[in-house]
Amino acid sequence: MSAYLAVVAMRYQMLLQYRAAALAGFVTQFFWGAIKLMVLAAFLAASSREQPMSWAEIVAYVWLGQALLGLLPWNVDPEIQEKFTTGAVAYELLRPLDLYFFWYARTLAFRMATTTLRAMPMLVVALFVLPLVGLAEWQLAPPPSWASTVWFFASLAATVLLATACTMVMHISLYWTISGRGITVAAGGIVPVLCGLTVPLPLFPDWAQTFLYWQPLRGLADTPFRIYSGHIAPAEAAPEIALQLAWTVVIVLCGRALLRRAQRSLVVQGG
Amino acid sequence: MSGLRLYLRYLGVSIRSQMQYRASFFAASLGTFIVTGVEAVGIWALFERFGHLTQWTLSQVALFYGLVNIAFAFTDALARGFDLFGAQFVKTGNFDRLLVRPRSTFLQLAGHEFTLYRVGRLTMGVLVLAYALATLDLSWGIAEFAVFLFALVGAFLFFYGLIVIQATISFWTTESLEIMNALTYGGVETAQYPLAIYREGFRRFFTYAVPLGCVSYFPMVYVLGIDDPLGSSRLFQAASPLAGFLFFGLTLLFWRFGLRRYASTGS
Repeated sequence: MSAYLAVVAMRYQMLLQYRAAALAGFVTQFFWGAIKLMVLAAFLAASSREQPMSWAEIVAYVWLGQALLGLLPWNVDPEIQEKFTTGAVAYELLRPLDLYFFWYARTLAFRMATTTLRAMPMLVVALFVLPLVGLAEWQLAPPPSWASTVWFFASLAATVLLATACTMVMHISLYWTISGRGITVAAGGIVPVLCGLTVPLPLFPDWAQTFLYWQPLRGLADTPFRIYSGHIAPAEAAPEIALQLAWTVVIVLCGRALLRRAQRSLVVQGG
Repeated sequence: MSGLRLYLRYLGVSIRSQMQYRASFFAASLGTFIVTGVEAVGIWALFERFGHLTQWTLSQVALFYGLVNIAFAFTDALARGFDLFGAQFVKTGNFDRLLVRPRSTFLQLAGHEFTLYRVGRLTMGVLVLAYALATLDLSWGIAEFAVFLFALVGAFLFFYGLIVIQATISFWTTESLEIMNALTYGGVETAQYPLAIYREGFRRFFTYAVPLGCVSYFPMVYVLGIDDPLGSSRLFQAASPLAGFLFFGLTLLFWRFGLRRYASTGS
């Protein structure tokens, strides 16, 4: 176990080095969130019907989405990708560790490091700075209760595990595709819309809600964001998190099965 | 060989080289088609839920979406050399090799790559535009058609200019800065909706500082033949894409300014 923890800590420290890139990312992310909020505000203002989400719940959903964007499984760790093009993946097979969980630990660190750097400034700005610059209606409110806060963090932890498991499927697919470009593009298209980043899932048409509820990617964003704002009440949070964890287990098992298949017919790039 | 013929030769070589990886080209095109389409699904879902966007209908928004995505698809395909400039030319020192060739660096970078798989975004833009035109019942005269084309070229040049600025900045920073993505991709996102729905400060920024509204919103209001809720005149709407041409001209001057200050990384 300690070997896996050491891998997490080491990768995490390495990735924290890129501060300028994080600042540029922050500005872009903030800008993006502002556009989303203005569009949703305009839609909401023009509608007279009762809507499935309040403005405060939408604001929380949008800012949390911008802050935690890095968590989503939309790209592969470039260092793992490189192991496939250079053939270094052969060394990975020699390590006296379970390869799946060795990479899972690396991937976990990759997901968390890229996210924490971006999430902190975004959350500080959304929680505290916006009202000071006259944008109080865009302010991210704290969760409505302590219970919501605690369940939010529990759900967020489940999100990290789920996102890592999904990224692992992408990593293992590199055994066949090597470049990873196709799967990155495909994930970039499918993941944001099914997890709620493009449009908050409750705002999709009613007939689509059953499908959206049961598909695995919802646990990547929609579940924790709605627990945060109280849209999912604390009393209903436990089964939601159980669903996230159940999907995580399913995807981990799929990943391991894929990895076994891949290794049976592995061709190492020479050189 | 004239500059134009050389440019076309560059593009031809680029197309042939990409056609060596045909499967990869089709996969990437399909991917861009889906990614762009997801945005369209998002807009559609919001209209399903809310019915309308203040006074704007889905068909009208589809016109904005179509225009900006078609224009940006062309920019994205033809400005690849500038897009990669920081990482692939300045940081590596490869730019020195361009400088010793007896042709302008701008021409060489513009001809660096003709990124074919952007056809995915183009296709999506054309489909959504077709939906807009089929459902809108517009009276297309020569004037409307001319303003539409004017806006299309203006928007193409506007986005090209943004990417030239991004490239020029890397003369100083060496790295390409992700920050310009806020204006390029963020600009596409912004212009998919009518400018009138945004806050005033934001609208001014995208009209006077960065003339995105002049190449998308105002000319499309002209094409739609409606009264602009922002109160612009018909003449202004028809003439506004000119701002895209001027913007591009200014970025060329900025490029030349940056070029004179270029110091090789020496690697």
